[in-house]
Amino acid sequence: MADLETFRTETHQWLDANAPASIRGVGNTLLDGNWGGRKARYPNPDMKVWLDVMAARGWTAPEWPTQYGGGGLSKDEAKVLQQEMNALRLPAPLIGFGLTMIGPTLLQYGTEEQKHEHLPGIIKGEIRWCQGYSEPGSGSDLASLKTRAILEGDHYVINGQKVWTSFANLADWMFMLVRTDPEAKKQEGITFLLVDMQSPGVETRPIKLISGASPFCETFLTDVHAPARNVIFEVNKGWTVAKSLLNHERNMIASAFGTTAGKGRTMRDWAKEHLGLAGDRVADSAIRDRMAQYEMDSRAFRLTTERARDAAKAGRPPGPESSMFKIYGTELNQRRLELLVSIAGPHALGWEGPGFEDVELTLTRDWLRSRGNTIEGGTSEIQLNIIAKRVLGLPD
Amino acid sequence: MALVLTEDQELLAQTARDFVRTNSPVSRLRALRDGQEMGFSPDIWQEMAQLGWAGILIPEEYGGAGMGLADLAVVLEATGRNLAPEPFLSTVLLGGQLFTHAGSPEQKQAWLPGIATGEKILALAYQEARSRYDLNRVSTRATAEGDAWRLLGEKMQVLDGQNADALIVSARTSGEDNDQDGITLFLIAPDTPGVALIPQTRVDGRAAALVNLDGVKIDAESIVGTVGHGFQTLLHIVDLATVGLCAEMLGGMSQIFEDTLDYLKTREQFGVVIGSFQALKHRAANVFMEIELCRSAVMAAANAADAGESDLALLVSLAKARCSDAFVLATNEGVQMHGGIGMTDEHDAGLYMKRARAAEMTFGDAAWHRDRWARLRGY
Repeated sequence: MADLETFRTETHQWLDANAPASIRGVGNTLLDGNWGGRKARYPNPDMKVWLDVMAARGWTAPEWPTQYGGGGLSKDEAKVLQQEMNALRLPAPLIGFGLTMIGPTLLQYGTEEQKHEHLPGIIKGEIRWCQGYSEPGSGSDLASLKTRAILEGDHYVINGQKVWTSFANLADWMFMLVRTDPEAKKQEGITFLLVDMQSPGVETRPIKLISGASPFCETFLTDVHAPARNVIFEVNKGWTVAKSLLNHERNMIASAFGTTAGKGRTMRDWAKEHLGLAGDRVADSAIRDRMAQYEMDSRAFRLTTERARDAAKAGRPPGPESSMFKIYGTELNQRRLELLVSIAGPHALGWEGPGFEDVELTLTRDWLRSRGNTIEGGTSEIQLNIIAKRVLGLPD
Repeated sequence: MALVLTEDQELLAQTARDFVRTNSPVSRLRALRDGQEMGFSPDIWQEMAQLGWAGILIPEEYGGAGMGLADLAVVLEATGRNLAPEPFLSTVLLGGQLFTHAGSPEQKQAWLPGIATGEKILALAYQEARSRYDLNRVSTRATAEGDAWRLLGEKMQVLDGQNADALIVSARTSGEDNDQDGITLFLIAPDTPGVALIPQTRVDGRAAALVNLDGVKIDAESIVGTVGHGFQTLLHIVDLATVGLCAEMLGGMSQIFEDTLDYLKTREQFGVVIGSFQALKHRAANVFMEIELCRSAVMAAANAADAGESDLALLVSLAKARCSDAFVLATNEGVQMHGGIGMTDEHDAGLYMKRARAAEMTFGDAAWHRDRWARLRGY
């Protein structure tokens, strides 16, 4: 413990000395964080400075092994690092699917060569990744995917279409699921493959959502070549890798949405402003009850994620957390935004233009975007199926 | 403190579960309910005390183990699994904690060792007709008469009131009916003239009594704590006791949920087990998640109580609100998923449903605790 306190002191001093002043207190969410990659733009050049100093210590990926450029920190040290970054109001230097999805998957299933080839680029924020899973005919039934990859000599030739590829238009590489054996049972003919987005035959087209934003793309693959050495784990064993990665994805979605507080003004301030006061309390007791319910459920959810971490640290076997966290975290985010919309009332109806504050316009867009949270990464209904089957042992 | 059981607590939990499984089948509740008025088994209470459970919270100098609520919680979760009605709530959590935190040295010496050995039963009379969950709503009056006090009023649903060696009664020594100031706690022997104990029959079969105080004369030495400041003491003790009640509720909801899951896996209709129907699977998964969230909240509240953390009240409200809702949900779903058999008195599901409701309405239901949370959070 004494060592941990020394680490805390040194970390605090180092962060304070190396973090540029202009990045303190800036946004840190999936929507406004730094995703890195070759196409990254830095309206504030200090964000790049911050990325580079942190990446040099491996602290963009604090718990990854040092031989690939990671920080090599223990769970406790990583927690301290996060606490000290919070204390100084420092944003994550880098976010994205490299750190949260393909990186952990490579650490588990990649060869040494694959780890050395791809992990350093993720850690330094040089390569941005996207995920090629869903297809137009394969949503909840992901294993029915049809994108075909045929081995020709030392490379695969890929033909097909992916959809809901987050930020495919901004990504440098894609990890994807392809069908390599159309004769086998549907889960057994799938391979997990890495593809360079600059390869000829890759075309991306953004999809406009009800929120007006276009974070997702359609990705068309026409005679795309990918080296056979880019297969992760074994040919036709991609479903095993895919499921493991989905766990990482659910954890990421849960942690991204489940724990964020309201932006700027708190929910309490909004409620007092829009609904008025009865004494020193929010006047509308029905809204008050919903606020308390949301806050309490949110606290219980955070305590449960904490409990899962503590149990893992104590060497207890991992539970069914990721499906549960995915459902609960995303539903909490939806409830938060639904509640804020109820609180704001007519002020939540703005799309753009005069008569609406920026925070109100953002709220409207965030609310619409949040409806997708319980669909993406496996719908809540699919997660409930997983819990029923894997945890509760209920039969098909 | 980490949200994970220590090795000692794992052992304690195992011992408790084994004991409860062997000695306290749920079926005994029917016999207790239909038979004697006591509501629990003195023999089983003796055995539980000999295992050290009655004295877990009591300081070592008074014959206890001086351990914490997080330790007692693992025992209460085990007893809660089989709805054991022994007097943890009345005697260990309310009476024992009250003397530990607010008793004079003489009161501690007189009562705490006897609680630890299981010989003494206490009852805290804090609830009145229509006082709902507010500890400050006290109309029972205590009027000074020289050095003594004279009490007039009626308390209701006093847990183990008819079994108690002593009653502790909240009465108003000054102020208006709803004031927080002016409440005093009196220690009263049940055979004091003017005290009438009338057993009440509750839906969950737990022992409870109306306590009628008709001009009961009590001397000044029998005050617990100080005159007029009983409310803050009660508030703190009830918060601590609520953590224990939540642990009991967690056990109850876990058990009825496991029973329901077993039924889903064995009951066949339309030629398949009913647990293969998605309509039931999703609801079962939902109950599972609710229970997981309760477990985290209960552990956090117990840790906060033992560490004396400043956000204890918030965490207690969190745990009680969640456990109240989840226990009711798990038992309602339990009866529904069992179908007709769940509606019979012969089946255990109904006993869990009744206990869930009684526990929900002890120390504040979910809505009451959400309102308290909102007030504590400044809205």
